[in-house]
Amino acid sequence: MAEPARPLLEVRDLVVGYRGGRTLFGGRRPAAPVLHGVSLSIGRGEMVGIVGESGSGKTTLGRALLGLVRPASGSIRFDGAEISGLAEAAIRPLRRRMQLIFQDPMSSLNPRRTIGRTLAAPLRLHEPQQARAEAVRRINAILERVDLPPAVLRRYPHELSGGQRQRVGIARAILLRPDFVVADEIVSGLDVSTQAQVLRLIGEISRDMGLAMAFISHDLSVIRAVCHRVIVLRRGEVVEQGACEAVLVRPQAAYTRELIDAIPLPVPDPHWLVPEASAEGRARRMA
Amino acid sequence: MPAMLRDWRLAAGGGVLLGLIVLAVFAPWIAPHDPLDQDLMAATLPPAGFAGADPAHWLGTDDLGRDVLSRLIYGARVALMVAVPAAAAAALVGTLLGLVAGYFGGWVDVIVSRLVEIWMAFPAVLLAILIVAILGSGVVSVIIAIAIIDWTRFARVIRADTMAQSEADYVTAARTLGFGRWTILLSEILPNVLPGLLALIALEMGIAIVVEAILSFVGLSVSSDAATWGGMIASGRQIIYQAWWVFAAPLAAVFISVLALNQLGDGLRRALDPIMRQ
Amino acid sequence: MTDALLAVRSLSVVSSRREGGPILRAVSLTVAPGEVHGVVGESGAGKSTVGRAVLGMLPRTMQVTAGAISLSGTELLTLDAARRRRLLGAHVALIPQDPLSALNPSRRIEAQLTDGMRMWQGASAREARRRALAMLEEVQMHDPERVMRCYPHELSGGMRQRVLIAAAFMLRPKLVIADEPTTALDVTVQRQVLRLIRDLQTRHRTGAILITHDLGVVAQICDDVSLLYAGRVLEQRRTAELLGEPQHPYARALLRATPRYDRPDQGLQPIPDAVMAACRSEIAHVDQQLDQQFDRASHG
Repeated sequence: MAEPARPLLEVRDLVVGYRGGRTLFGGRRPAAPVLHGVSLSIGRGEMVGIVGESGSGKTTLGRALLGLVRPASGSIRFDGAEISGLAEAAIRPLRRRMQLIFQDPMSSLNPRRTIGRTLAAPLRLHEPQQARAEAVRRINAILERVDLPPAVLRRYPHELSGGQRQRVGIARAILLRPDFVVADEIVSGLDVSTQAQVLRLIGEISRDMGLAMAFISHDLSVIRAVCHRVIVLRRGEVVEQGACEAVLVRPQAAYTRELIDAIPLPVPDPHWLVPEASAEGRARRMA
Repeated sequence: MPAMLRDWRLAAGGGVLLGLIVLAVFAPWIAPHDPLDQDLMAATLPPAGFAGADPAHWLGTDDLGRDVLSRLIYGARVALMVAVPAAAAAALVGTLLGLVAGYFGGWVDVIVSRLVEIWMAFPAVLLAILIVAILGSGVVSVIIAIAIIDWTRFARVIRADTMAQSEADYVTAARTLGFGRWTILLSEILPNVLPGLLALIALEMGIAIVVEAILSFVGLSVSSDAATWGGMIASGRQIIYQAWWVFAAPLAAVFISVLALNQLGDGLRRALDPIMRQ
Repeated sequence: MTDALLAVRSLSVVSSRREGGPILRAVSLTVAPGEVHGVVGESGAGKSTVGRAVLGMLPRTMQVTAGAISLSGTELLTLDAARRRRLLGAHVALIPQDPLSALNPSRRIEAQLTDGMRMWQGASAREARRRALAMLEEVQMHDPERVMRCYPHELSGGMRQRVLIAAAFMLRPKLVIADEPTTALDVTVQRQVLRLIRDLQTRHRTGAILITHDLGVVAQICDDVSLLYAGRVLEQRRTAELLGEPQHPYARALLRATPRYDRPDQGLQPIPDAVMAACRSEIAHVDQQLDQQFDRASHG
């Protein structure tokens, strides 16, 4: 395991605010800050979890990492190149190297397109000179990789199950062989068994392709299962970050401890219900 | 396909529209008489089934002896000749502006929205009359008048629809995949906005028929003795006590057409949207 | 068990729409007063349907085809609609999943809290208001007076859920049905809300059915649990026993699939196809037996 030369993604002091609403005469109210100076880095092939509750800014962070949201200040460097201030047209060539998997595949797949067209479109865009046969081969290979039958290509999104749709979302994201993928709450709506399948798939793909991943979730147990490191976000600020074991077994920040304690494990724990005795309860569980 | 026909709205509305198209296109072969043919000896004959009816004139004749049925059929021609291009033109202008305003937002949206609001402040029918008075009567003027007035209807609906679709994840997905903004607008968003658009076009055709009828009622549509439904209503109104059918027939024609087109629009909306609802 | 608060006996529900078999088949469970019975299963297992059947709120496309439900000894399914409505309205309350859509956006909180009491107990506006304020304090709401004057959209998700819990306990119901009450909430808020429900339920000796897909939630606040799959109860025991030593292979597989932050080497095992096949054949077998029983009973 050689030390990576430089991280794939480096973020320094990122500040993002959503634009305020318009006043009557067309001016804008001041922005409400969503991210207050976030710094992090993600190395090649590394799976980093981003955990936070609602209002933590984790989704905004995920979009900012892909240059989909313009930051108010701060720097985002992707493979050495600064992307934070770039115009849409300037960032477009980089797009094939960084992709996004959405939480709700129902809304992230064009409802009026067959799966086949949805998967073929990005290939045609980025590799127009590629022969049709080659494109077909690649799409079939990807379907096999995510364990979907080729018949899926003729279907529309609403004809597939939730787990299948999610796998199409994954297939679309890895089709262009990106270096970095942001997975935004991709298992949140799924049953435990489907979740397990999807997470295993993600882990395998990431290892096979050397894919770096920012795995956004509100569920620390899920993050522990697939990520090397974790970043804890609260109200737009990084509260703690580090290797999963370190943060989960010996959390430094009070908020992290609160977050961990709140998770109900499938083992009855009387201390979970009692407010005061949380720390002891956790120590007991981890022992 | 079969499922769509099961919706009676679609079937009935589509059927009537198809019937109108057939009547309009094949008028010279279907109409039993020349609509302009006057025969004062056979004036104000009642429709079939009433005392004194002439089997040659199923819906009777007007005060100049012209066959009501034939005039009705040729009137359908005028109605469609106006309704289809007018709805299409209004749709084209309105949709384009709506798409652009809804997707790009910013100052584009501000300009388009203000334009729509100001435009809609003018009383529609008066504006139509004004435009036709300026441009002179004739089918083309009527089409232009309707399109000029009603594009705002499309702009508002399409803008709202576009804004809603722009928020959807699949648009963000297209962005992350590297598609350009115009590509996304036309190949991702437009197809999803199409169902609403088609429904609105059907509705607009109904509106166009009514506007044309109003314009020909006041004599501003095509030339005054050509057969138009509005013109028939106008002249029929004057002899309503002697020959009520001259007034009633075109009125019924307008009513049925508009009703059918509304149902068609409604049915289209329901039929095309459930794909997404599941 | 004659002292059971709620007894569901062999309940079967079918849908007039779905072709794929019954929604519920021969589901039985009992809730003792002051205890929480968890109904757990994956999506489509029919858990919400159990709650709705008890509440008498099945959609028009679903019907009860067999079985019985009794509340404190009174049979619910044989009552006429009006009496059942009165009985349920006064004694059974619902804590729904989505606090936002469960509250009327154009009515103030006070009105929504006092509705039930004024309707079912004939309380005056003043009495109802007093009880509402007391309930808001019981659910640990800051500044109850202000909250009473608020509209739902002015409150956070957690606060709204607390209002719904207060509304549920306002009438001192015998039974509370909580349908995925914390699924939409943050994990820290979930803990507070679940603590609250458990606390109120214990204090007022209210029985409860908690419907959830989360085995962790079941572990922490349910006394008994029924594991549902395809509308059938596969295993039903005291929570500690079922989670500690699950007997049914499906229960074991579910536990193994659940990721745990304290046991990174465990969890994330997808349910083996063999287990699913075994479940399906077991269900088919049980169905066959039930059908035979039915035939014998009707021809005997």
